[in-house]
Amino acid sequence: MNVNIVLSLVAVVVLGALAFLGGSAPALQGVFGILIPYIAFVMFLGGFIWRIMKWAKSPVPFRIPTTCGQQKSLSWIKHDKIENPTTGIGVVIRMALEILTFRSLFRNTKAKIIGDRISYELELWLWLFALVFHYSFLAVLVRHMRFFLEPVPVCITFLEAVDGFFQIGLPIVLMSGVLLFAAVAFLFLRRIATPTLRYASLAADYFPLFLIMTIAGTGMYMRYFLRVDVVAVKELTMGLATLHPSIPANIDPFLFVHLFLVCVLFVYFPFSKLMHAGGIFFSPTRNMANNSRIKRHINPWNPDLPFVTYEKYENAFREKMIEAGIPVEKES
Amino acid sequence: MKDKGKIIAGVAIFAALVSFPFWYNTGTAKPAPELILAPEAKAAVTCILPKDQMAKEHMQLLDGWRNSVVREGQRVYVAEDGKKYDMSLSNTCLECHTNKADFCDKCHDYAAVNPYCWDCHVNPKEK
Repeated sequence: MNVNIVLSLVAVVVLGALAFLGGSAPALQGVFGILIPYIAFVMFLGGFIWRIMKWAKSPVPFRIPTTCGQQKSLSWIKHDKIENPTTGIGVVIRMALEILTFRSLFRNTKAKIIGDRISYELELWLWLFALVFHYSFLAVLVRHMRFFLEPVPVCITFLEAVDGFFQIGLPIVLMSGVLLFAAVAFLFLRRIATPTLRYASLAADYFPLFLIMTIAGTGMYMRYFLRVDVVAVKELTMGLATLHPSIPANIDPFLFVHLFLVCVLFVYFPFSKLMHAGGIFFSPTRNMANNSRIKRHINPWNPDLPFVTYEKYENAFREKMIEAGIPVEKES
Repeated sequence: MKDKGKIIAGVAIFAALVSFPFWYNTGTAKPAPELILAPEAKAAVTCILPKDQMAKEHMQLLDGWRNSVVREGQRVYVAEDGKKYDMSLSNTCLECHTNKADFCDKCHDYAAVNPYCWDCHVNPKEK
């Protein structure tokens, strides 16, 4: 058994158990229901901004035009305006496609040896499940705003209506939660099923997967099986959102498992690979226009040296050059 | 930091989005709704299931009733104490809980639950 998998799984189970024990003890409900969520919020927002500012300070001396299309060239060569943009608008379109549709992931290929030669195939499963994962997570997150906003805006009730479009069972099965769980399970199975990928996976890869899997699982368990008192849950969350926190009397202790693991995710987020959410905006190969041939980009930390032409050089060393027999352009 | 303006604008948008619930609710306490029992419900004393169980399971009970009535034509519900009820939202439930707005809707609105019962059923008091 892989030590990275076991360690991450144990970490999630221990954290969940801790939250359940804490949530079951009335004296500790204030810690798990009020104190930790506020700490998690501050650490998430503060950590996120700190990480962004740290990246923003990195110097970007020149353009890194790693592109997938024809550069702007002669008028009769077709320029690929999105894959190899020369303008800010082109970059915005390229970034938007990258962030909203994961274009780089779409180009993912798999190398295989067939007979005696290597062959590359398109491998779209990762792209597909990554899309499902991110969009269903977004839907789940936005849907949860019903617990933090009062009155609940129409757009959120509308999203929930679309999410429960198939009207399966009561409480209605919401697709995004099921899809989130399925996608995160796929991303985990993909890591353990491919030997090369398993070799390259660390605890930092498995931990967020187990964490999100458990968050989705506990959420669905509370909605469909345990059916916790939603009004009590909203009382707690509205207390947090209105800065008048209190612990409702009939809150289900199991809620604290879900809530605490979400807090763990929020605290973990800015200090882990999950920061690709902010980092994608700083991808140097994606966010810079390839205009090196149009505009001169000068390295900002170049020392300010005087520019010496050959003429000046020869004027300074003419006698010595003639003495040494080096040819000169002007004899005197 | 050559793109200082853009980065700070992005961070500001992010911070505004993340803290949205704090400024949307503007710091005022919003207490949970208090249920009001109709006089008819108080007079009946007991519901078809104990209160806690009703709070947790009423949606599944009603879903089961619908399937039983519509698909099997079976409309009699036998409670644990042997009492028989007609499986009907409008006639049985709302007979005691005459105040839909103060009973059903209060929690549903607060938790943003939009039951599709009322797509077909009517509240006899609101006709």
